[in-house]
Amino acid sequence: MKSIQDWFSKKKEEKELEAKAEKLDIPGNLWVKCFKCKGTIYSKDLEANLKVCPKCGYHFKLTCAERLKITADEGSFVEHDNLVVSKDFLKFIDTMPYSKRLEEAKRKSGLNEAITTGEAKIGGLKTGLGIMDFSFIGGSLGSVVGEKVTRLIERSIENKMPVIIFNASGGARMQEAIMSLMQMAKTSAALAKLKTARLPFISVCTDPTMAGVSASYAMLGDIIISEPGALVGFAGPRVIEQTIKQKLPENFQRAEFLLEHGFIDMIVERKNMKDILAKTIKLFMERT
Amino acid sequence: MPNTPKGLLDFEKPLIELYKKVDELTRISKHGKIDLSSEIQALEKRIEQQRKELFANLAPMQVVSIARHVLRPTTLDLVKYIFTDFMELHGDRCFADDPALIGGIAKLDGRSVMIVGHQKGSSTKENIYRRWGMANPEGYRKALRLMQMANNFNIPIITFIDTAGAYPGIEGEERSVAEAIARNLREMASFEVPIIVVITGEGGSGGALGIGVGNKILMLEYSIYSVISPEGCASILYRNAGKAKDAAESLKITAKDLLELGIIDEVIKEPIGGAHNNVLQTAENIKASFKRNLAELDKLSRSDLAENRYKKFRSLGIFEELSPL
Repeated sequence: MKSIQDWFSKKKEEKELEAKAEKLDIPGNLWVKCFKCKGTIYSKDLEANLKVCPKCGYHFKLTCAERLKITADEGSFVEHDNLVVSKDFLKFIDTMPYSKRLEEAKRKSGLNEAITTGEAKIGGLKTGLGIMDFSFIGGSLGSVVGEKVTRLIERSIENKMPVIIFNASGGARMQEAIMSLMQMAKTSAALAKLKTARLPFISVCTDPTMAGVSASYAMLGDIIISEPGALVGFAGPRVIEQTIKQKLPENFQRAEFLLEHGFIDMIVERKNMKDILAKTIKLFMERT
Repeated sequence: MPNTPKGLLDFEKPLIELYKKVDELTRISKHGKIDLSSEIQALEKRIEQQRKELFANLAPMQVVSIARHVLRPTTLDLVKYIFTDFMELHGDRCFADDPALIGGIAKLDGRSVMIVGHQKGSSTKENIYRRWGMANPEGYRKALRLMQMANNFNIPIITFIDTAGAYPGIEGEERSVAEAIARNLREMASFEVPIIVVITGEGGSGGALGIGVGNKILMLEYSIYSVISPEGCASILYRNAGKAKDAAESLKITAKDLLELGIIDEVIKEPIGGAHNNVLQTAENIKASFKRNLAELDKLSRSDLAENRYKKFRSLGIFEELSPL
């Protein structure tokens, strides 16, 4: 089983191969088309710009490894619970068996699950850190994500650290049926303990943070930050459109919409994220 | 006296002919003054037998149709028979009152309890008013206000779940139903009073769970509880809306399956044919279960009640933990 550290220590060839696989959702190798402004971007420029379109500011999705690299102080991340892995306990088959879907997700992402958790330093300050990766079955919340988030919170309480989670999820993992729903209650209950321990939870919503994840830990941040343009909401926009049979307003369920309606504290561009996180930890943890 | 029950479901249709025969024989014996009582009795026995067999082997999608039955007793129908002195309380003290999620204080055999529950309508007009029991953020916030009050006054909380889910609309997103549900999950985890949850019809996803964090989770025999509707699952995962029947089986949504999975604590018996065939009996069964479970929870201290609930949800999840190589 691979861990995040192994990912970094991989041979160059292997790394390139995986990087290529990760780029599957970006057509072409050299040139990338922006999903938003449709402009063509030289892929090296995009990488150099933290995967943010230099023309329109569209924030492309990041893999867990990419996020970790631009968030944690170099070499500071210690991963926990990487050996907690999903089990196809219902023998769930949709268009393919869940067990096969898990294998594919592992192979494609190089990760064991949709969240990577551990502790790190950000700007020299210690914090519990969780990073979700949308490429692992849509970042869905199942038993393992629920357990890892809960343990992350419990460990942070033990070590008197704040908790930061980067959310990226379409919602609950349907292949785990009711058990995935229960993870919403489980993680939220753990956050009740964090609250009692007077430790801050910083929730960072990236594109997308929806349904089961938004209706549990993502919206329970003492501080909720979002990347620009991220889709954050409960019901899927298409479901809403079908129910009310009306066109949805512009920016509906986008970070800017949530800021306007009072549900997030701030929108932070990717290039400023680390500084803002470090500042937040400092303000909350170094109180006197 | 015609005795064909109201609202027979598709899978009960084989019984219709038998019921009609009973009705006919009853009429003949009444008008012609012929004693057909033994024939009628034999037929009734046959119906009873067939009905029992039908209900003993229901497919999950058939249970879904009972759980969603238009005649299924709603929260207020049941509250009327289970409690006395019910006084409905309104509003979230913030934005509005949501008729899709009701609440209030009542007596359970002389003891004050706080009730919150999804409320479906019993007519189309009422259903439009109550959004078919699909709550908006203010519904969840009203529920939270009442539960906080119960926690403060040391009154047990009883929640009734019967919803297809939170209402998927623009307003719900503007006022963040996600935040409202999430907050309820966190706050319900730490209340220091007994919380008993009963799923009486549809337990639809986050909208159900939003008032579903209890020390005891009970389910009526023909109710369902699921992360997604069978239809939704079929169209998203199977990419085929016609596969709802398969999805209903895979998702393990019946009370029996959920008891086996350790998600719920108890299945409450329904009268044969489902709750709508005898609301009074259903209410009595629920009441007996409430009293039994409340007596059990009364043994716990305030802090133990919160800890008991935390442990219950902390333990949910099925995964593997590999040993390091």
